[in-house]
Amino acid sequence: MHVLLCIVTGRYSSRLYIAYAPLVVLGTLLAALVPVVGFNAVMTSEHFASFLVFIIIHVVALVYHVKGNLSPRMFKVAVTLVVSVGLVVCCAMIAVLIALVASSPTKGWSGRSLSLLDPTYASKYIPIIASVSEHQPPTWPSYFMDINVLAFLVPAGIIACFLPLSDASSFVVLYIVTAVYFSGVMVRLMLVFAPAACIMSGIALSEAFNVLTRSIKFQLPGSSGISQSGDTSMNTEGEQNDIAKTEKMDETAKERPSKKNKRKEKEPVVKASIRSRIERRLLVLPLEASVIAIILLVLLGAFYVVHCVWAAAEAYSAPSIVLTTYSREGGLHVFDDFREAYAWLSHNTEVDDKVASWWDYGYQTTAMANRTVIVDNNTWNNTHIATVGTAMSSPEKAAWEIFNSLDVKYVLVVFGGLVGYPSDDINKFLWMVRIGGGVFPHIKEPDYLRDGQYRIDSQATPTMLNCLMYKLSYYRFVETDGKAFDRVRQTEIGKKYFKLTHFEEVFTTHHWMVRIYKLKPPKNRIRGKTKKSKSKASSTSSPKRSGTGKRNPWH
Amino acid sequence: MARSTAMKAAGLILALLIFTFFSLAASSSNNQIQILNAERRIDLSSHIVKVFLTLKVENVGTSPASEIFLAFPPSQADQLALVKAQAAIGKKKKKSYVHLDVNPTQLPDAPNGTKYFSISLLNPLSSGETATLEVLYILTHSLEPFPTEISQLESQLVYFRDSALILSPYHIKQQTTFIKTPSTKVESFTRVEPTKFAGRELKYGPYEDRPPYSFSPVIVHLENNSPFAVVEELLREVEISHWGNLQITEHYKLVHAGARHKGVFSRVDYQSRASVKGASSFKHLLASLPPRVHSVYYRDEIGNISSSHLRTDYRKSELEIEPRYPLFGGWKATFVIGYGLPLEDFLFESPDGKRYLNFSFGCPLAQTVVNKLTIKVVLPEGSKDPSAAVPYPVEQHLETKYSYLDVVGRTVLVLEKKNVVPEHITPFQVYYTFKPIFMLAEPLMLASVYFLFFMACVAYLQIDISIRK
Repeated sequence: MHVLLCIVTGRYSSRLYIAYAPLVVLGTLLAALVPVVGFNAVMTSEHFASFLVFIIIHVVALVYHVKGNLSPRMFKVAVTLVVSVGLVVCCAMIAVLIALVASSPTKGWSGRSLSLLDPTYASKYIPIIASVSEHQPPTWPSYFMDINVLAFLVPAGIIACFLPLSDASSFVVLYIVTAVYFSGVMVRLMLVFAPAACIMSGIALSEAFNVLTRSIKFQLPGSSGISQSGDTSMNTEGEQNDIAKTEKMDETAKERPSKKNKRKEKEPVVKASIRSRIERRLLVLPLEASVIAIILLVLLGAFYVVHCVWAAAEAYSAPSIVLTTYSREGGLHVFDDFREAYAWLSHNTEVDDKVASWWDYGYQTTAMANRTVIVDNNTWNNTHIATVGTAMSSPEKAAWEIFNSLDVKYVLVVFGGLVGYPSDDINKFLWMVRIGGGVFPHIKEPDYLRDGQYRIDSQATPTMLNCLMYKLSYYRFVETDGKAFDRVRQTEIGKKYFKLTHFEEVFTTHHWMVRIYKLKPPKNRIRGKTKKSKSKASSTSSPKRSGTGKRNPWH
Repeated sequence: MARSTAMKAAGLILALLIFTFFSLAASSSNNQIQILNAERRIDLSSHIVKVFLTLKVENVGTSPASEIFLAFPPSQADQLALVKAQAAIGKKKKKSYVHLDVNPTQLPDAPNGTKYFSISLLNPLSSGETATLEVLYILTHSLEPFPTEISQLESQLVYFRDSALILSPYHIKQQTTFIKTPSTKVESFTRVEPTKFAGRELKYGPYEDRPPYSFSPVIVHLENNSPFAVVEELLREVEISHWGNLQITEHYKLVHAGARHKGVFSRVDYQSRASVKGASSFKHLLASLPPRVHSVYYRDEIGNISSSHLRTDYRKSELEIEPRYPLFGGWKATFVIGYGLPLEDFLFESPDGKRYLNFSFGCPLAQTVVNKLTIKVVLPEGSKDPSAAVPYPVEQHLETKYSYLDVVGRTVLVLEKKNVVPEHITPFQVYYTFKPIFMLAEPLMLASVYFLFFMACVAYLQIDISIRK
């Protein structure tokens, strides 16, 4: 985008070509090396814009090269020739491209990128993308948390960039504008926004420091020559630091790039006069004010560093697999339930046993418990995750059949109701329903909602109270305190006394945070009249069995 | 001619005499010694069975006896971890005990594969004298859980198989066996009259005048909920560093060797009344470490385990560890305990100029049986002639380990022993020679590397290597 802007504003140079063309080629190649991206780097529509600009810059380079070599009249002839030929070729290519792009339903864009352009896309069509918390839009306080002081230095930096507006500063301005837009859509892209913010505020701070140090230098005893301009402008304008700073920045900004930018041929004459004017109006602040201002700015930077270190330690480094709280006596109480469950699984189950859980715990289970999982954090197979989600939302018998068909032996559930751990599976349950319902239509989300809310107390819907996730989380929970009060949802649960018919509890950790259940083997005999009719039905419907899918093979 | 025949006859008689003498000597043990009174107390309160045998022996033969033999049935002999004997000296008030050596032996005519241990007396027992011996032997893995699988709510019942009559190569005039059970609940026991069961004690006897090798098998089915903590493999590595630190690393593979757990594990049941629900499970293990221990860590393959407490004293340190989950029958856990000790408490110099490490053999965990114990003593680089003096029979061999800044490698003395119980915790010594000059090897190596590097830099900068000016 920056290249286009430069070309349009007539600032094409060979530097631009050298910077951009290899970047596109290398960048595409490197992106193609990542196994997930692969050939998507050249086939999906997100990259077409950069290829288009690549072609344009080659054309422009060619034009300039030819222009330099031919005389003006020949040049006109050549231009008309090339333009006519080129237009025909371009039209053909664009037609092909549009046909290709229009044939795919998403116009060639991948789901994640489409959600950047249309933030509501994911929640409508692909709930699994919407469920990842890093894909949600960020809140305003999260901006302050992440970039802190830079939040108000960035606009100052933008203004500082505009004053000389060279190639470099226009690039930074464009970068930050697009980064702000995209990070507003997806909080994960704050990563992209952060370097732009740093650059901007760096420019702003350096301008400010420039003014202040110059004012100190002017007013130090023994500095001559420039003190004349200092005297003339020792006016009262410099009382308020903010206004002074921005004005100072305007004028010094004009001055600094003018020394560096060799390319502005139109402006050297104008520059000289402006320079003398600037020097006459150069604002020099009083010594004490500038000293204090420098100290304050340094303090600002120090606090920023402290905040960053704290944010990195508290918010971004907490492993969230070992939770700690401080007890009333000041001692540390450790909730090591996850590792307890994984250690139990790795030592006390057979090597080939499969463990089914929600996909958040997949990598942890594979690494620490050393057991095969059904779905893990890679989330590359949406239908498979939807199968697990459906099983968790179905009643016990249907869930048993689904898990049995997947050859699962153990089911792992995270439950935070006893200690108040908020990221447990009941809170994530709505995503299980949505993702399952996205693939298997017999799971309907309104079945689980009461007044548009997911509830687990006495007002909960019967589907909710019978689903596997509810039963596995709250099995025998009432025996802990007699009332079954769930500390996360802050309410007593709806169904308190029930038995499990198809699962049995094999392990619960110390604080009840991880509960592991085993699938009960199927019964050898079925009593009663149902056996004959069922066996007849199964024999007649065996050709249809592949269609119905998850039938219990023992019945 | 008559002389030769006379000589032949004399030779024959001599041979016969020698033969009878030897046969008498062989069976003299059986005829010479008689046990006047034998009292056996079997303690079944933990899964390690301790048997205290008090023997009052009398020499009824003619020649003095310097050895007393103890007999064990072959199945029990495999489970035997330790046999110790003491002789009581002095009368009632001034009784003191002197330690006697016990060694396994073979006797030629052992019926049914009986195994023997011989106790060497300090002063040979002359004819007509009596002596009192106290023998302690420890059996491991002798309590067999029955039923083999129990649920969480059930209590653990075990079989103990032994004989009501003490197996011995000697004639026993009077003997009694007391079995102490951990609780008052005994499901069944074989009756060999006279038998009496009262409270926590089962008494077999007294039996009078039993011939040698008399054996009367009994089975006692009792309830035993003590923690059946068995360490399948323990690897202890002791690294000696002459810079002042002894670093110990211990790798444990712990298993609950009691009745296997089947069915549901309900945490709510366990947390509400663990003594009833989950009676045979255990949660805590106590490790006794030497005093002045520092940098103790307790972790497993996943990471640090935070549930441990260390209490130090000037005489001992106690580390109370809890595995990540309570252990029920058949459940396993593995972990690593490491700590450092000051070298001056353990390394000494012997009179002949060798240094020796005085360290305790065995497993620091209380009340646990170790199936296979391996102790590796890593000696500093440059040590020679390692040798170990261990009070128990162990298998030794040497290895080499390469550690920080090692050139030739460090000698490692590996000691292996099977079936180790807490009574095995006694000091052992490892001797080696070490020239103090080798201690300078490592700092000199580091210093010389940096020195050479800087010299190379100086040389490169100062020397003019251009071919022409």
